[in-house]
Amino acid sequence: MKKSLFFGTLAAAGALAGFASADTLADIKARGELLCGTNTGLTGFAAPDANGVYQGFDVAVCKAIAAAVLGDATKVRYVPTTGETRFTALASGEVDLLVRNSTWTFSRDTDLKFDFVAVNYYDGQGFMVKKDLGVSSAKELDGATVCIQTGTTTELNLADFFKANNISYTPVTVADDSEAQRQYVAGACDAYTTDASGLAATRATLPDAENHIILPEIISKEPLGPVVRHGDNNWGDIVRWTFYALVAAEELGITSANVNEIGTSTVNPEIKRILGTEGDMGAMMGLDAEWAKRAIAANGNYGEIFAANIGESTPIGLARGLNAQWTQGGLMYAPPFR
Amino acid sequence: MAESSHAFVRTAILPAQKPPLTEKGVIKWLRENLFSGWFNTILTLIGLWAIYSLIAAALPWWLNGVWNAGSLGECRAILAERAGPDASGACWAMVRDRWHQFMFGFYPQDQYWRPATAFGLLFAAIAPVLFSGQKGFQTCMLAGVAAFLAATFWLAQVPMLAVGLTTILMLVLLTLAQVRPAAVMWFTVIYPALAFFLLWGGSFWVPVAAMTGLLVLLVAYRLLLPRTGVGIAAGAGIGLALLWWAVLDAPVAAGLTWLAPIGLEPVASDRFGGFLLALTIGVTAISFSLPMGILLALGRQSDMVLIKTLSVGFIEFIRGVPLITLLFTASLLLQYFLPPNTNFDLILRVIILVTFFAAAYIAEVIRGGLAALPRGQYEAADALGLDYWSAQRLIIMPQALKIAIPGIVSTFIGLFKDTTLVAFVGLQDPLKGITQIVRADIAWKGIYWEPYIFVGAIFFVICFGMSRYSMYLEQKLKRDHR
Repeated sequence: MKKSLFFGTLAAAGALAGFASADTLADIKARGELLCGTNTGLTGFAAPDANGVYQGFDVAVCKAIAAAVLGDATKVRYVPTTGETRFTALASGEVDLLVRNSTWTFSRDTDLKFDFVAVNYYDGQGFMVKKDLGVSSAKELDGATVCIQTGTTTELNLADFFKANNISYTPVTVADDSEAQRQYVAGACDAYTTDASGLAATRATLPDAENHIILPEIISKEPLGPVVRHGDNNWGDIVRWTFYALVAAEELGITSANVNEIGTSTVNPEIKRILGTEGDMGAMMGLDAEWAKRAIAANGNYGEIFAANIGESTPIGLARGLNAQWTQGGLMYAPPFR
Repeated sequence: MAESSHAFVRTAILPAQKPPLTEKGVIKWLRENLFSGWFNTILTLIGLWAIYSLIAAALPWWLNGVWNAGSLGECRAILAERAGPDASGACWAMVRDRWHQFMFGFYPQDQYWRPATAFGLLFAAIAPVLFSGQKGFQTCMLAGVAAFLAATFWLAQVPMLAVGLTTILMLVLLTLAQVRPAAVMWFTVIYPALAFFLLWGGSFWVPVAAMTGLLVLLVAYRLLLPRTGVGIAAGAGIGLALLWWAVLDAPVAAGLTWLAPIGLEPVASDRFGGFLLALTIGVTAISFSLPMGILLALGRQSDMVLIKTLSVGFIEFIRGVPLITLLFTASLLLQYFLPPNTNFDLILRVIILVTFFAAAYIAEVIRGGLAALPRGQYEAADALGLDYWSAQRLIIMPQALKIAIPGIVSTFIGLFKDTTLVAFVGLQDPLKGITQIVRADIAWKGIYWEPYIFVGAIFFVICFGMSRYSMYLEQKLKRDHR
């Protein structure tokens, strides 16, 4: 009841705001700056470095879109949003889009009047345990104490998982990731559960990482991706296809190194269409012919972004897994550019 | 010499003996205070054991602190090499690497001298308020500010023009403090505009035009006061000032900017963070909530129904709602009530609501002071033929405020610490906002106590300073017959 009231208010507000600015692209061009709602700080995905410059996997999406729309990847204003303020900030028009590890769910997509235009990271909830616990599967965690962040969907997933497998657990609720890590290291809980990407980052920073394992079970689906408001489908298209240009670029072998010459040297017509050397796809969305070329040049293709921010060569060391190209057994599948 | 009936009388006084060992010095103090009975002895021993175990657990952590490292992992490696594999130790290298973000947030690094100068001048501006009529203290404080500014200019890249102007300003202030201490107060009046200009930058004429509004108010008030009463003069002055701000302010500022485009590089509000943000919100809210609180307290005691109802309604509504709710209102709800595409600065919205919040509490604290005054004081003011405002200014408020000092300062300290709550609306406060950013860096992920201790220590220094000042002020104003 309370929740639906909250959603209803947000939705009404979103509808109002939708009327207010129906042409996001024109607003951004007039402003000369993309307003990108981001995380207040999440390792690997969005965090400012020592010089205050935002870096990360989600940030790269913002940069690519700014490059496509404004021709300059640095013309982004990052608006840090918390779990509570993120959707209102988007609904009220404070940000143009939200790239903030937000899970695509039914009610967010429909009731909140948002559009999840793509999925830039397929995540899922996992478990980390100490090796000497002697556990190799989450189903063996009967009677364990589990550290869990309160007020998140992970808390509900955890309860569902244990109920479905008919085993018991004792939750140790913590406020945020740093506290969870501290409790887990201090031995207050046997297992720590959160999104698998977060577990990997946490494990990487433990003093004795080799003594901890992430269990193979992934107990939830967390498709994370950029979100826009209802009411401006063209803007949604721009965000969606800029992202898919990055994915298609990886599939077709367009990289930040060769993006400038491959458009003319290649014989592949799809590469030519993406890079604007053949046809004029950008005009269909109100952009120029070289939009995708600039987006790819900003941080490289999807694979390069992944490798630079969270991939196996970084301390976080995430494997591609579900986020590999569909040709490699993953779920990254860009629709054809035609 | 008379014959004595006593067998023996000593004629010389013996030298005083030392008191027994158990009745003097440390041993006496120990016996009286720590081991005066079996129960207290047990409590003392338990206390000593608790202190010992605390120190034994924490001391190595403090002593092993690592100051030079590039990441938490390096810290651990250095620690293991220096003190053995199982040693614990603080990793202060994080503070060394990120202290500027704790202080200034994302403020452009080449402009750090601006908030630092504004911070130094803040003390020059509050010196005449804190130590009114005390030349020695004022001069000391101004000298301290001058030393701080000199250090800032020496350490940071500062344009020569700014160095020159600030030097002249400090010399003028130091001279004034010797010659006419009361005149330093004028700097306090213009300081808000100066601080705004230094922090946010932009055209020099925008704060000048805004301050001209205050000048309009003052001139109108002075001109009308002999002819009409206080109420009408103040009302007309405020009306004219509002008219200035609403109609003439922007064009005048724009015109002057066009004629003489001087100014500083503009810095957007979203670059503010850390203690810069906490102090901006805290200092602004503190300085505006006190006068607002006084007016609300008087309004609550007023005989005029409308004013009384409005004051009571405001105070009770604001006090009845948690600060977090007001912050969410500032961040989320206000956007919907404003016309689309208005960009009403989030920090400004937060400052306004925090000021309201503090004003409601201050109003009640001052009402307590007013209630503590004997009825005779009000009657004496009437008997002297003073009008309402003179009576308040000369008789009621000085006494009521004196009584309310501890409460007022408590409210201010609470308010300053509450500025960390802005983290919940996505602003980068030092305690949670910046700490979260630092922890999001893979190099410092997993660090826990160090940022809290660092930020907590700075908060303690500021709050302890406020508390000591309030005790000093109470001593200075003590007029009772104790």
